[in-house]
Amino acid sequence: GEIKKETGFSHSQITRLYSRFTSLDKGENGTLSREDFQRIPELAINPLGDRIINAFFPEGEDQVNFRGFMRTLAHFRPIEDNEKSKDQNGPEPLNSRSNKLHFAFRLYDLDKDDKISRDELLQVLRMMVGVNISDEQLGSIADRTIQEADQDGDSAISFAEFVKVLEKVDVEQKMSIRFLH
Amino acid sequence: MQPPAASPGPAAPAEAELLRWQWREVQAPCLVAAWILVASLAKIVFHLSRKVTSIVPESCLLILLGLGLGGIVLAVAKKAEYQLEPNMFFLFLLPPIVLDSGYFMPSRLFFDNIGAILTYAVVGTLWNSFTTGAALWGLHQAGLMDPGIEAGLMDFLLFGSLISAVDPVAVLAVFEEVHVNETLFIIVFGESLLNDAVTVVLYKVFNSFVELGPARIHAMDYVKGVASFFLVSLGGTAVGLLFAFLLALITRFTKRVRIIEPLFVFLLAYVAYLAAEMVSLSSILAVTFCGICCKKYVEANISQKSRTTVKYTMKTLASSSETIIFMFLGISAVDTSKWAWDTALVLGTLFFILLFRAVGVVLQTYVLNHFRLIPLDRIDQVVMSYGGLRGAVAFALVILLDRAKVKAKDYFVATTIVVVFFTVIVQGLTIKPLVTWLKVKRSDHHKPTLNEELHEHAFDHILAAVEDIVGHHGYHYWRDKWEQFDKKYLSQLLMRKSAYRLRDEIWDVYYKLNIRDAISFVDQAVGTPQPSGVLAAPMPALSSQGGHVLSAAKLALPSMPSRTSMSESSVTNLLRESGSGACLDLQVIDTVRSRRDKEDAAMHHVLRGSLYKPRRRYKASYSRHFISPDKQERQDKEIFRQNMKRRLETFKSTKHNVCSSKSKARLKEKGRKKKNISLTSDAPNGKTHRNVPWQEAAPVLVMVSSEEEESDSSETEREDDEGIVFIARATDEVLQGKTTPGSLDVCPSPCIIPPSPTLAEKELPWKGDQADLAVYVSSETTKIVPVDMQKAWNQSISSLESIASPPGIESGPQHRRFACPVLEEQPQSANQAISEQSSCFQFPSHISKSGRSQSDSSPDGAEQQELQPLMATEEQGRMVPTTEPRWLMFNRASHL
Repeated sequence: GEIKKETGFSHSQITRLYSRFTSLDKGENGTLSREDFQRIPELAINPLGDRIINAFFPEGEDQVNFRGFMRTLAHFRPIEDNEKSKDQNGPEPLNSRSNKLHFAFRLYDLDKDDKISRDELLQVLRMMVGVNISDEQLGSIADRTIQEADQDGDSAISFAEFVKVLEKVDVEQKMSIRFLH
Repeated sequence: MQPPAASPGPAAPAEAELLRWQWREVQAPCLVAAWILVASLAKIVFHLSRKVTSIVPESCLLILLGLGLGGIVLAVAKKAEYQLEPNMFFLFLLPPIVLDSGYFMPSRLFFDNIGAILTYAVVGTLWNSFTTGAALWGLHQAGLMDPGIEAGLMDFLLFGSLISAVDPVAVLAVFEEVHVNETLFIIVFGESLLNDAVTVVLYKVFNSFVELGPARIHAMDYVKGVASFFLVSLGGTAVGLLFAFLLALITRFTKRVRIIEPLFVFLLAYVAYLAAEMVSLSSILAVTFCGICCKKYVEANISQKSRTTVKYTMKTLASSSETIIFMFLGISAVDTSKWAWDTALVLGTLFFILLFRAVGVVLQTYVLNHFRLIPLDRIDQVVMSYGGLRGAVAFALVILLDRAKVKAKDYFVATTIVVVFFTVIVQGLTIKPLVTWLKVKRSDHHKPTLNEELHEHAFDHILAAVEDIVGHHGYHYWRDKWEQFDKKYLSQLLMRKSAYRLRDEIWDVYYKLNIRDAISFVDQAVGTPQPSGVLAAPMPALSSQGGHVLSAAKLALPSMPSRTSMSESSVTNLLRESGSGACLDLQVIDTVRSRRDKEDAAMHHVLRGSLYKPRRRYKASYSRHFISPDKQERQDKEIFRQNMKRRLETFKSTKHNVCSSKSKARLKEKGRKKKNISLTSDAPNGKTHRNVPWQEAAPVLVMVSSEEEESDSSETEREDDEGIVFIARATDEVLQGKTTPGSLDVCPSPCIIPPSPTLAEKELPWKGDQADLAVYVSSETTKIVPVDMQKAWNQSISSLESIASPPGIESGPQHRRFACPVLEEQPQSANQAISEQSSCFQFPSHISKSGRSQSDSSPDGAEQQELQPLMATEEQGRMVPTTEPRWLMFNRASHL
């Protein structure tokens, strides 16, 4: 019930995800560890796999319970029509545009200083592009990326700047997946 | 156009003729050409008034024009002479349009919405055909139509099948001007392309049913009909994929015959169309999928020039086909002999197609929205219903009907013409206001920024990962799988190794952005020649040079505007500012100028290739004639671009002007790319080309550089910029350790260019990191360099001139040839350099090559040696091919 309210998932979705949760939970202790995630074969070859797994874990912990699991997944719930209008006063739903963006932002921001530094950007770039691109090229890409986004001249991308550069992108769509009912 | 008037033969056949009237021989092609000409001229006329074209879609105007022309022809010839022949339409006019739409289909968007598109195309078209056909039949049964119309259920279903298909040509023509959001566009347009299979099958099936007569149709025939649907659609797609594969494979091996690359694209796509047509599969599907699928590989394989050629040729062909189609639609309508009007049938058809389209869309959308991430809302549905335009395909199909079997053909023809006219003209005219009125989300065309590209990439990975975690194999899962498959097998098989290696979307975007900036920079630089001229005034030599630049820039300009117009990113603007504002100090401009001079010269050559032909021919005699000029031009252009890019970077990065070193570095990178592209076999050739730009540019360059040099000699600091080169390398090491931008103060030439460093710092602070390193290097070197440099320069200036100017050129062919072995090994070292240092900085390899070859042929070998040690000291720890320093010197000298 609480999960439903917090994440906005429907009852059947929660049930479905719970069964997935338990099937991932090899230790059967009601929580998932990093290893549980890493066992998913496709995730292992996902360039950002590790980062994404990390995003599931609250700071400093290496277990995540079902609730936390759902909370993270809720970021990817598409925004539904009826949600757009309501919720003006309540807390921002997890799947709001800004929360979706923040999720992505945190993947870059390793040291959690709310800034993507050149280094952090480079690391992600390195993961995402093939080995064919040299460090130098990557460096120039990173420079350019930061230059594009940077507004306050700190040679890093703050969350505000991150939101700004992506303002034309249909984040609601591009950061949502369809959860089976 | 008026053969009868022109045909009277002048001379008696018995005598020997001086000239003979041969109208008959040329009649057909001449008429074709005349029609195309008329249509194209009409287009020009339409576009004279922006007001008209902004309100009335071109397709409407063309149809009206066709009506007018048809009327004239009718009045003159007393009979309708011309009309849209189905054969001509299907064999010649349709393929270019379909190929164009397939090839330039935004494939990501297309496949993102493939489910919806397929549903509308298949289910929607089936629904429309059957309901429309049945409803019309009902109308007929109810006795509302002229009893003279002899048509049974099958005839009406046949008519329904041809009238209900949304037409790609019409949709494209109208929607291109409306600019609705891309999702909406791709759904309507995708539907219009993919419904071809359904239309073809229904049309054929019903046609044969009509021929058979209702009595003799067996259950088996229905089953066959269904089976043939799958056969036709899947078969068509398979043919398309097969040819796409072939095409990609072939272009992989065209590196020595670049000139025919575009030909392959067109030929194979056309053959795909014909092949599908031959076995009566869906030819439209074949070409569409051929276009969609081959693009990625073909674009990676063929040269930049070929890419442009393909693009323009395709657009030209498609646009002229479209023009002719609409015009002939108008003309054909005049031919009343084929008409048989029945008001009830016409109105009924119009009403039913609109009604059932709307109903169908609403029903399907209702179902689809359960599966769609982003549901299609009401407004989308309205536009989709209303955007269901009918067009030439329907017309051609109805003309193809056999009057002997389909008794009501004349009625159907008339009705089809009315429907087509109604949808194209009325709906075409009103859809724009409708879209505005409904406030449909428009597409905002902005160029992708690097951030967007990068983050969207990240999003894709994230979504794929989340789908994995959720354990639900959705769209992203399959896309991810496909991408891996593509990367592992397809790309390896279908792309040149070089292209494959270089391929990365993020890098591509970065690359494009840089080019765009460069172009806009040229634009801006040309726009503001005045201030720089003024600045340069104190030094006479300079000012003269400024004038020179101006003219050169003007020369280069004509080719630019079209491209510059699209460069609007904020970064570009930023650059503009920093380019014109921050870097107003003399040196920046000067150096840029000299550079630009050379490049403009190069550009100029590209534009008017004839200038240097003699020399090129020379070279050609050496090997593979036709590629070389081609490539060489490309080379010039690329070098030009690279230079610009580099220069821009320096602007960004910098504080001081000169980018010579940087641009050199850029060149290097280019060199590598080129090397990759033009694998080993090109090596000798490529090298020679590489030399050429410099040699060609030489006449201009030499003067300029020497002038500049003299004028600049007071400001040796510029040399530090050489430091920038090192920066590049240095950064590499520094990348990890963050440095603070503050360290800029180390910059040795702050006094000279006070404004630019600060500005640069502000705007591009991270550059500080690099600069900082560079500065260290350069600050040491400044002490040494200037002195030595000047000496060196003074000693070598004459020899340099000889290198760069005519003597070198004349001896070109020979020395080039013998330079080859040297060059042969060069690439390797360059490659190493690449791998070890930076891909960005490979270019020097070619430059060094040119340097080397030059040195081979001229007496400056000594100079080189002289300079080398010097450079070595300043560049310790850096791995540079020995020849490079020489090059640096050459450049640097130009600023002394």
